[in-house]
Amino acid sequence: MSAATDWRGAAAVDADEAAEAMTAARLGGGARRLLGELLAPYRRALWLLVAVVVVENAARLAIPYLVKVGIDSGIPPIRRDDDLTVLLVVVGAVLGATLLQAVARQLFLVRSGRIGQDVLLQVRRRVFGHFQDLSPAFHDGYTSGRVISRQTSDVDAVYEMLETGFDGLVTAALTLVGTAAVLLFLDVELGLVALLCGPFLALLTNWFRNASARSYRATREKVALVIVHFVESMGGIRAVQAFRREPRNQEIFDDVNEQYRAANLVAFRLVAWFMPGIRLIGNVTIAVVLLYGALLAYRGDVTVGVLAAFLLYLRQFFEPMMEISQFYNTFQSASAALEKLAGVLEEEPDVPEPTSPVALPTAHGELRFDHVRFAYVEDRPVLPDLDLVVPAGQTLALVGTTGAGKTTLAKLATRFYDPTGGRVLLDGVDVRDLTSDTLRDHVVMVTQESYLFSGTIADNIRFGRPGATMAQVVEATTALGAHDFIAAMPDGYDTDVANQGGRLSAGQRQLVAFARAFLADPAVLILDEATSSLDVPSERLVQQALRTVLAGRTAVIIAHRLSTVEIADRVLVMEHGRIVEDGAPGDLVAGGTGRYSALHDAWVESLA
Amino acid sequence: MSTVLGPSPAEAPAGAAAPPPADVRSLLRLAPYLRPHVVALTIMLLTSLGVVALSIAVPLVTKALIDGPITERDAGAILPLGLLALGLGVLEAVLVFWRRWVQSNAVLGIETAMRHDLYERLQRLPMAFHSRWGSGQLLSRATTDLSAIRRFSGFGVLFLLVNVVQLVATTAVLLHMYWPLGLVVAAAAAPIVWLCMRFEKEYVVVSRRVQDEQGDLATLAEEGAVGIRVIKSFGRSGHVGEQYAAAARTLHATSMDKVRLSARFWTFLGAVPNLAVAAVLLLGAIGVGRGALTPGELVAFITLMLSLVWPISSLGVILAMAQEAMTASARILEIFDTEPAIVGGTRRIERPRGHLRLEHVDFAFPDAPDEPVLRDVNLDVAPGETVALVGATGSGKTALTALVPRLWDVTGGRVLLDGIDVRELDLVHLRSLVATAFEDPTLFSMSARENLTLGRSDASDADVAEALEISQAQFVHDLPWGLDTRIGEQGLSLSGGQRQRLALARAVLARPAVLVLDDTLSALDVHTEKLVEEALGRVLGSTTGLVVAHRASTVMLADRVALVEHGTITHVGEHRELLATVPAYARLLSAEAWADDAAVSV
Ligand SMILES: Nc1ncnc2c1ncn2[C@@H]1O[C@H](COP(=O)(O)OP(=O)(O)OP(=O)(O)O)[C@@H](O)[C@H]1O
Ligand SMILES: Nc1ncnc2c1ncn2[C@@H]1O[C@H](COP(=O)(O)OP(=O)(O)OP(=O)(O)O)[C@@H](O)[C@H]1O
Ligand SMILES: [Mg+2]
Ligand SMILES: [Mg+2]
Repeated sequence: MSAATDWRGAAAVDADEAAEAMTAARLGGGARRLLGELLAPYRRALWLLVAVVVVENAARLAIPYLVKVGIDSGIPPIRRDDDLTVLLVVVGAVLGATLLQAVARQLFLVRSGRIGQDVLLQVRRRVFGHFQDLSPAFHDGYTSGRVISRQTSDVDAVYEMLETGFDGLVTAALTLVGTAAVLLFLDVELGLVALLCGPFLALLTNWFRNASARSYRATREKVALVIVHFVESMGGIRAVQAFRREPRNQEIFDDVNEQYRAANLVAFRLVAWFMPGIRLIGNVTIAVVLLYGALLAYRGDVTVGVLAAFLLYLRQFFEPMMEISQFYNTFQSASAALEKLAGVLEEEPDVPEPTSPVALPTAHGELRFDHVRFAYVEDRPVLPDLDLVVPAGQTLALVGTTGAGKTTLAKLATRFYDPTGGRVLLDGVDVRDLTSDTLRDHVVMVTQESYLFSGTIADNIRFGRPGATMAQVVEATTALGAHDFIAAMPDGYDTDVANQGGRLSAGQRQLVAFARAFLADPAVLILDEATSSLDVPSERLVQQALRTVLAGRTAVIIAHRLSTVEIADRVLVMEHGRIVEDGAPGDLVAGGTGRYSALHDAWVESLA
Repeated sequence: MSTVLGPSPAEAPAGAAAPPPADVRSLLRLAPYLRPHVVALTIMLLTSLGVVALSIAVPLVTKALIDGPITERDAGAILPLGLLALGLGVLEAVLVFWRRWVQSNAVLGIETAMRHDLYERLQRLPMAFHSRWGSGQLLSRATTDLSAIRRFSGFGVLFLLVNVVQLVATTAVLLHMYWPLGLVVAAAAAPIVWLCMRFEKEYVVVSRRVQDEQGDLATLAEEGAVGIRVIKSFGRSGHVGEQYAAAARTLHATSMDKVRLSARFWTFLGAVPNLAVAAVLLLGAIGVGRGALTPGELVAFITLMLSLVWPISSLGVILAMAQEAMTASARILEIFDTEPAIVGGTRRIERPRGHLRLEHVDFAFPDAPDEPVLRDVNLDVAPGETVALVGATGSGKTALTALVPRLWDVTGGRVLLDGIDVRELDLVHLRSLVATAFEDPTLFSMSARENLTLGRSDASDADVAEALEISQAQFVHDLPWGLDTRIGEQGLSLSGGQRQRLALARAVLARPAVLVLDDTLSALDVHTEKLVEEALGRVLGSTTGLVVAHRASTVMLADRVALVEHGTITHVGEHRELLATVPAYARLLSAEAWADDAAVSV
């Protein structure tokens, strides 16, 4: 790691390195497969397009031929007896060819554009969906910047190929083949001379393919670095400004920006060799044909008309070559992007859906941890061996020092992660045997971070249950004591919470996040510090609401303020991933010597 | 759509200047970026013109060959003319290479410089700007839009120029060769120009929509990633997936409009030269037949004409590119044109004492100017004194603290630091005097050390250790790589309390004259909280402190308490005194309420 990247620090799984390794292993196979898969539904339409292009190109290629006919057979009758018939027929044919070409072209552009857009839509949905399927553990390491980079800049690269792709490639390929055939038909000898350029073109293209694959892969990775840094610093702009981080950020940004530039420069320079190379081959061929053709014409082996047509066709032969090479260039760039996308799509969710899921239409809400072991980082167990039964309907409070593993326990119950050993059971069923939909229907967690989506307050609350009516939303907020502040907002429930809830105060955000969970109405409700940012009266209101809502429901309440614990049937004290005390709150306090009792004393003291 | 995303940022900047139009003017305003590359651009232009000249010259050589050696049976002239064609061909390739080589450097330089400036500007724009713009929209400007401009400034402009020059030059040569036919060709220009103008007008609308929708989609992609934990805990992947798909479908529909528009345009552009060929063939053949023209001339004429087909039809692509670049530059100028509303003054405080004073402070967020969040706030915090801000959720405490480091500016009244209006102070200086531990920790995915030293990059290891101790964040040493461990994005690889303590240590480490703690002990357990409070007590003994508190325990850190109610400070006094005399305060912090319950639960 260079001095320039020291600031990033060390991590167990370095996403950059992982990404490098991934692409090195797959080497484009994934990209081709993905492209094939994406295009599979359009196989027929693509053949139709090819047919359209054949027509279009036949019409296009016919024009120089018609010109030749016009000159060779149209002029003599005029010379002889001013007879325009042949010429007029030929000109009529030119007009017909033009019309045909235009119709075919229009059809082709719209159709191929549609296929491109359809494919793009499909890529977007698949990639977004797949990212959603991947576990939080994956996202922890991958970072949102990279997720965004895949879905923006990589998809854009694919888009660029699709936009110009079919058009350029199909037309160009057909023109090549068609023109080659016409050249041979016009004059075999001259045609063969012209086609001598083939091997050179193949060699050059092959070189470019290999070299550019590598360099475009590098640009994809570098642009991801730019995006990651950009997104993160804009997301935390308040801290950046308050702590005067701007100059350092600028330095880091300049560094990744420069790396991206350098990677691009390598790619561009390859193109700078490749494109003129193609042109050089073309020009040399034209000159050779001209020379040789002139000799033949001089000897009278070919007519002037044939030579003229030949040269016209040769031009047509090489102009699409430029297009092919341009396409080839975007194709290479897109393959690098597709490779990245394929890499994501091939990423197996490490919290996989069960192969034969167990149905659980209604849950009682019994939660059981059976010798659960868990570690985020190998050899650093957070939960060494957790054994716990939460009977259905019980309200359990979980307290303990920060970093003890309370949130981790909750995340195992909601299957953000799978335990490294032991089982987590809901109503006796291993949560790994439940589909994620089933599990979420029964177990909902209010996370420690109250993340809101941009959109209205009502949208955010309805996130817990999209079908909920406005009346139900209001009922939930009223119960939590959040209705008043929402109603006082300029647009009430339709107030836009702006960027990730920036329009609301911290406590208001927490209330909205709470209401969201309330509305979801699950059998097991897990509250992770869900009231920590509320003022005391608001917290009391929430608590009162909880008393009614939690009746008949299993609840795990994680809290540092013991005020929250008062509604619990049972308290667990956690230390270093172990349960050190377990009992009814009253009993634990009455014991007088235990940890909970000490916590309680400290808490009562803190109220003074 | 808009229910999902709210007003699109395109229309958001209320009160800001009208967005720059997507036309040549906005593109030209970015022209200064070309200046450092004048030499390169000149070379690019000259080599391109050279290429055009050569592409005209080669058919002329052909003509010379056909009319000369072949017709006049002069074998000796074949070789030199052939070699000439070869030489010209090679020269053309060399020129193309040269242009591309130079161009790579230049266009990437331009793009990189713009991205640098964009980022710089974004970092300077105040919270008022950032709270309005989703980072997806910003990102799409920094990537997609910049590459649109890069593409145009490199390839587009050049080809536009070259194509036009080639069209004009070739037409001139054609006119010179045989003016009646030349006129026919020249006449074909009229429909082309007309078409281009119509196309421009329609295309600008569609391409702006596409670019904005791409930004919206990026915002959704970002939310899908950042909010993944909430989405998971509610099992709403399907729901957000649908939202994303809906936005993607909107983009799909708009893009199809764009496809259809360009298809029509490109088809027409392709047809016009062919029609001209038909006309020229007709008239030219008659001309040859009647002896007004040699066959060689006609062949050369038509060869030249056909060489125009490509420049004309590629004009369509280039114009689309140009239009996209204009739209992109308009979008980028929206950011460059937003003046940072918060700029520093020039004054500095040599010996900061930390005397903080708020005088008749009013504050309203720009998106709700009629509903002030703070009204006539008056507060005087003596040097070294700590004042707690207590108030109900949403009463304006955070807003108040944000005014001190000028994350937001007051809309009325003033904030004084050591007697100087904060708006007169150098901004960097001011922010070095004030450090805030925010209510949400805001950590970055970089090493723990880098996160800690955000506000003071020259902090020694001893300083860091001390700050860690004060905030009880020694756990950092136990992380796999100690201080060098990378903290996950937003600190998500830490527990809630660990995040909060790290953010606290960061603020303490900055050694500010004014320390602002916005409810920074909420995620700590009672024991840890007590330890932190003791240590903080030492720091706050000598530092001016502004402590937002919801709990009595935190209030204890302060010498005095200010009660914030509905955006104004209604009472200032000592905790016990307020508890006894102000019912509203007692309601907020009443120990009894809990103590009663605690007693009950025992
Ligand atoms: N994603 C992660 N990757 C690596 N380590 C983690 C991750 N999340 C948590 N940890 C570590 O696991 C331990 C337990 O964290 P957890 O979040 O469960 O604590 P907690 O009991 O909820 O604490 P708090 O009360 O502060 O929220 C901590 O030491 C933390 O640093
Ligand atoms: N960007 C914004 N635009 C408009 N109004 C806002 C914005 N941010 C916050 N508000 C409103 O301003 C008021 C004060 O918010 P502030 O964050 O200062 O509250 P607070 O006292 O810190 O509350 P909490 O204790 O919940 O953190 C709230 O009613 C909030 O809805
Ligand atoms: Mg936690
Ligand atoms: Mg606040």
